[in-house]
Amino acid sequence: MDGLFTEVFLASLVFGAVTAGIPLLLAGLGEQISEKAGVLNIGIEGMMLGGAYLGFLVAFQSGSMWLGFAAGAAAGMAAALIMVVFCVRLGLNQIVVGIAVTLGAEGLTALLHFFQFGRTYPRLDAPVSLPIPALSEIPVIGGALFDRTPVVYLAFVLVFVMAFLYRRTHLGLALQAAGDKPAALDVAGVDVVTTRSFAVLATGAFAGLGGAFMANVGAGLFVPFMTSGAGFIGIVLAMLARGRPLWVLGGALLFGACLSMTTALQVAGVNVPTDVIQMLPFAAVMAVLVVFGRKASLPAALGLPYERGAR
Amino acid sequence: MHRARRSGNGRFAAGVLHALVMTVGPIAAALVLSGAVLVAVGVDPLAYYGTIVERGLLSPLGLQQTLTRMGPLLFLAASLIVAFRAGIWNLGGDGQFLLSAVVAAAAAPVLVGVMPAWAALAVCFLLAAAVGAVWSLIPALLRAYQGVNEIITSLMMTFLGVSLANVLVKLVFLDPATTVPQTRTLPVADRLPRLFDTTVSSGLLLGLAAVIGVHLMMTRTAFGLKLRVVGANPRAAVHAGLPVAKLTIAVFAISAALAGLAGATDVLGVLGNVRADWNPAYSLAVVPLVFLARLNGFASIAFVFLFSVLSIGGESAARRLGVPHYFTLVLVANLLLLLALAEYIDHRRRVAKKA
Repeated sequence: MDGLFTEVFLASLVFGAVTAGIPLLLAGLGEQISEKAGVLNIGIEGMMLGGAYLGFLVAFQSGSMWLGFAAGAAAGMAAALIMVVFCVRLGLNQIVVGIAVTLGAEGLTALLHFFQFGRTYPRLDAPVSLPIPALSEIPVIGGALFDRTPVVYLAFVLVFVMAFLYRRTHLGLALQAAGDKPAALDVAGVDVVTTRSFAVLATGAFAGLGGAFMANVGAGLFVPFMTSGAGFIGIVLAMLARGRPLWVLGGALLFGACLSMTTALQVAGVNVPTDVIQMLPFAAVMAVLVVFGRKASLPAALGLPYERGAR
Repeated sequence: MHRARRSGNGRFAAGVLHALVMTVGPIAAALVLSGAVLVAVGVDPLAYYGTIVERGLLSPLGLQQTLTRMGPLLFLAASLIVAFRAGIWNLGGDGQFLLSAVVAAAAAPVLVGVMPAWAALAVCFLLAAAVGAVWSLIPALLRAYQGVNEIITSLMMTFLGVSLANVLVKLVFLDPATTVPQTRTLPVADRLPRLFDTTVSSGLLLGLAAVIGVHLMMTRTAFGLKLRVVGANPRAAVHAGLPVAKLTIAVFAISAALAGLAGATDVLGVLGNVRADWNPAYSLAVVPLVFLARLNGFASIAFVFLFSVLSIGGESAARRLGVPHYFTLVLVANLLLLLALAEYIDHRRRVAKKA
């Protein structure tokens, strides 16, 4: 065990934590927008999977990583559109529709992948990284944080953009009101349904981008059902963060570290069954919920459709 | 008097017709919409649906398999009906199902060596129910005393449960005699008896009893009424002096125990063992069925039958036409969406009629 905490091991652990954490971060940030606006977006798992599939397919066919990421975000938004029409516009049960979006995306992506690639899983080239001068030279964390594909930087920047948006802008206030007291927002002359529609679409874009990152950067390929609960972890992150994007970032890196344990331990030569490793992030989520469950807070009008004039 | 009764009959007939339209409509639309997906990937939907009907319903062997498949699915329907009627979203059925199945599969071959087969089966069923209930304890406690959303926690427990079941199969209950990691196989003679001269497992009868029992409990007993009050309006339930936290835990325990019994039924009646990485994920597929049945136990029997035809026929179609079983997920998703849409249209029509 002496050589376990070498610089190489730590660097690979941090690198893996960031790689596994970025999809969770994007999912958590995305879910946070919906939850703030009063929509519990159970379909986020399906949006991520849609993003992973289309993001991979477009990157594979076009050879452009950037087109892939754009397609991933678009696929997430397309799946989100179902939530918008059924839940926000028509006011149908968000849980039922969310389950449908997730199941449908699982089935559809697996089916399409099968008919395109059969049982083969072609790989993408490793993404081109854009090292940031000086910062990328820092030992252990430099390579993990500052020598990456620009999407990693974008995800980190989005944390601060969202924090600014919630604190300093009218839009942020409108989102908050749409979740806490939609009737008040309506009285103030802002359309609740439109606000929520944009929120859910933004969630789709974030989740889709997260899924595309998972496929194109994390794995380098698409496998059916590959998100395996990442979207649901994103929901937990959003619940525990209580509306604060920085907390989502912290949580995402923590759970990312849990997820990346597999590779890091393999690098260190420790043999642990993969099934045990796969339990780690979910066990961590449950442990956090048991300890901090009381503090998890959600907006008052979460899950309730808004109908003008209804009581 | 006479006229009143006639108009009552007319209303009843109209009600039945309405329920039929509301049920057949979404199913037909879901079949068409999912058929479009088949066309998109270059499969003839008529050939596909034809194969399903032929292999799942019309062929004698297929029909017997369909009826056998209904056993565990009916237990799951009962599990979801209890939870949903009480306003609890137990979406952790798959984890509860799988863990109970593994424990039952591990215990049965050992127990038949030390006691009569019927007693061994009974003990395994009790074990399975207990395992399921225990696996729901954390979401139940968090929901009851901390107010943590049970959808998320029960889903998390499913991911944990599926992995734990794999660990148990691969490391703890491994049959040393086989190369594929799986539990020891229960001899066919010791499994749940088959019905008459058919291959249909008596798990079907157990499932029917479970779903009917649950229906009667929810509609005819004081306990069921309490649960429905909690489900309809938790705040009113508190005001009425109901122990909401305890009832929540009870609902979770009953629902999860039924999911566990579903796992035991599948293993002790049909499979005889559990292989590593086996996860049929039945529970989420049953969700739209109980909604289609409007959480009615008797109606859910019909929908479970239809889904079983689809499930067995789909397995044949996967082998024959090369359409992987993922297609069932697409169909289930479409069904959920169109069902919700039908409810919406119906609701709007009724509101418009009133106004």
